[in-house]
Amino acid sequence: MTQDRKTFVAWLQAAPMMLVFALFFLLPLLFVTIVSAWDYNEYEMIPAFSLRGYTDTFEGCIADLPNLCTILKTYLNTLKLCLLTWGLTLLIGFTVAYFLAFHVRSKTWQIVLTLLCTIPFWTSNVIRMIAWIPLLGRNGLVNRGLEGAGLIKQPLEWLLFSEFSVVLALVHLFTFFMVVPIFNSMIRIDKRLIEAAYDAGASGWQTLVNVIIPLTKPGIVIGSIFVITIVMGDFVTIGVMGGQQIASAGKIIESRLNALQFPAAAANAVILLGVTILIISALTRIVDIRKEL
Amino acid sequence: MAKSSKINRGINRRAVLKGAAGAVGLAAGSGAITGFPYVHAADPKVLRYLGTAVNEGDEISKKCLADTGIKIEYITATTDDVTKRVITQPNSFDVLDTEYFSLRKLVPSGNIFALDARKIKEFDNITPVFTKGQLPNGKKIGDQGTAPWKVLYLEGANSKTFSKTPTEFVTLIPTVYNADTLGIRPDLIKRPISSWTELLNPEFKGKASILNIPSIGIMDAAMVVEASGQHTYADKGNMTKPEIDLTMKIMTEAKKAGQFRAFWKDFNESVNLMASGETVIQSMWSPAVTKVRSMGIPCTFQPLKEGYRSWASGFCVSKAVSGPKLDWAYEFVNWYLSGWAGAYLNRQGYYSAVLSTAKANMTADEWGYWMEGKAAVNDIKAPDGTILEKAGAKRDGGSYDDRMGAVACWNAVMDENDYMVRKWNEFIAA
Repeated sequence: MTQDRKTFVAWLQAAPMMLVFALFFLLPLLFVTIVSAWDYNEYEMIPAFSLRGYTDTFEGCIADLPNLCTILKTYLNTLKLCLLTWGLTLLIGFTVAYFLAFHVRSKTWQIVLTLLCTIPFWTSNVIRMIAWIPLLGRNGLVNRGLEGAGLIKQPLEWLLFSEFSVVLALVHLFTFFMVVPIFNSMIRIDKRLIEAAYDAGASGWQTLVNVIIPLTKPGIVIGSIFVITIVMGDFVTIGVMGGQQIASAGKIIESRLNALQFPAAAANAVILLGVTILIISALTRIVDIRKEL
Repeated sequence: MAKSSKINRGINRRAVLKGAAGAVGLAAGSGAITGFPYVHAADPKVLRYLGTAVNEGDEISKKCLADTGIKIEYITATTDDVTKRVITQPNSFDVLDTEYFSLRKLVPSGNIFALDARKIKEFDNITPVFTKGQLPNGKKIGDQGTAPWKVLYLEGANSKTFSKTPTEFVTLIPTVYNADTLGIRPDLIKRPISSWTELLNPEFKGKASILNIPSIGIMDAAMVVEASGQHTYADKGNMTKPEIDLTMKIMTEAKKAGQFRAFWKDFNESVNLMASGETVIQSMWSPAVTKVRSMGIPCTFQPLKEGYRSWASGFCVSKAVSGPKLDWAYEFVNWYLSGWAGAYLNRQGYYSAVLSTAKANMTADEWGYWMEGKAAVNDIKAPDGTILEKAGAKRDGGSYDDRMGAVACWNAVMDENDYMVRKWNEFIAA
């Protein structure tokens, strides 16, 4: 009896979130999936079964072999950017979190410094990205500085509107998403474990590899999920920093939407969702977040 | 167990009380239990105006309110989002500011109201550029692409078919239009530029740019391909699949060779690219050139021998509009064509649809500079009073007749639009 009531109350407590989730996430997702199998013309969706959105997307994937078709090229490129961003944000994020958790003693300073990490979010996305131009541009600060120092004669063109600038902007934006969950995992590590490792004669490096990293795994995985899902779907940053010359999975969806080809856009969204879910399920295979939390 | 159930009961009681209090508060707040009579205030005249930021000036809405008592509420979106909104949410706006090429998507959707030409006071004074495809002096202009006169009339009030001959049912009342070409940095190029082929000239490797809006970008690309003599299109605004393939192949090769610094999508991006010297030659819009120039940086809206790519926009009314709102919409459109707004647009380098009324609202010197290609007698000022050009300057490309007379094609939606967008994605991915 009381057990039943307990479960009932638990369901009741979860209900608002479940409702929001079902209404604003699952239902739209269902619609997107349904629409992806519709036909379309210049101005409207036609509710008739058609896999045109998908077949068009994979156009030339077999015919053009051994050359890669557009969609594969785009995804490889997106994955590459994603991997680079993930690697760099992990490295930087872990280091920052480590510093915050183990080197900053006072709680106040930990909070102040964590807040400092949010500085990149104080201005709008577009302004932040436009601000890179005077810095990295052909006549920007970096090029001027290097030329002034006599290190280069010609301005470096690859600083802006290149994969370099895209990764730089992405890392700048999303490192914070790594710092927070990793930091959260780290401060919950029992300090006595580290003392024990020290007493048992472990070096600093051994403590890091054998104690801290395994215990921060959930934070690392959660941060990775944040970064990977955001970067896989990003088209604004890649668009602006890549000078609109670099393809990304999100960009394809955007240009399909703008051409009012909703079913084709939906098909691409479903493909992107599938790829992202694959990556994330692979990650959660490595670490069972629910068990570790 | 007993303890937990007790707590549960407590929570429940509290929650019920809270909920009840909330419901009472809600009822009081909504006025449901007050019983006061409902007072109906006179509705202010409000029109929801959906469009891009380009034409949505504060001055225009202020002047309109002062002259007609109609309050304009701007809804701002990008070109593509405006179209999306008309198709998916026709009830979310009253007046629509859009381009003629979008009509090929908007009209078949059935969400556009056919305006009655007889209720537009200045309709017969609208420049023949729109109604007949010719200049006021009778010269025919280019008709490739979605030229306005092809989509101006409908066959009937509820028709979704464009009429080839004039009828009283009008889709879009023209307000503003222009002829676009390449913008260049004369101080960095240091030689005359006279053809669209220069966009792909290896001399400007890594310093060129085009728009990343497929339906406009492909037209600029076609101008380049045709200028270089590689292909002559029957209609640049309605390419065949092989023509799209060829155009994109030439552009892709240029992209792979590093010709383009970046593609731009937004007015400010184009200004930034040019002003910072990242690009020295790119497709551009007239007010963007003016903006670069007003920053003290030399920039020319270069007339080219192959002609201009033109665009035109105006007002549609949503099919959902009826009753007094429809009358206000007509009143607003009539006010817009009555001169003040036309002069305002002309002073930014655009052209107004009814030339005679705009002329009456401009000084002879302004008219001479903007419309007749004459040297300015006094300094030329923007509507907000900043100096755009010093006395003695002449407009790039010359007079209205010179510029509009040299139009080669219009922004377009092609029959093969779907294929073109796919190829454009391929080009971006290359």
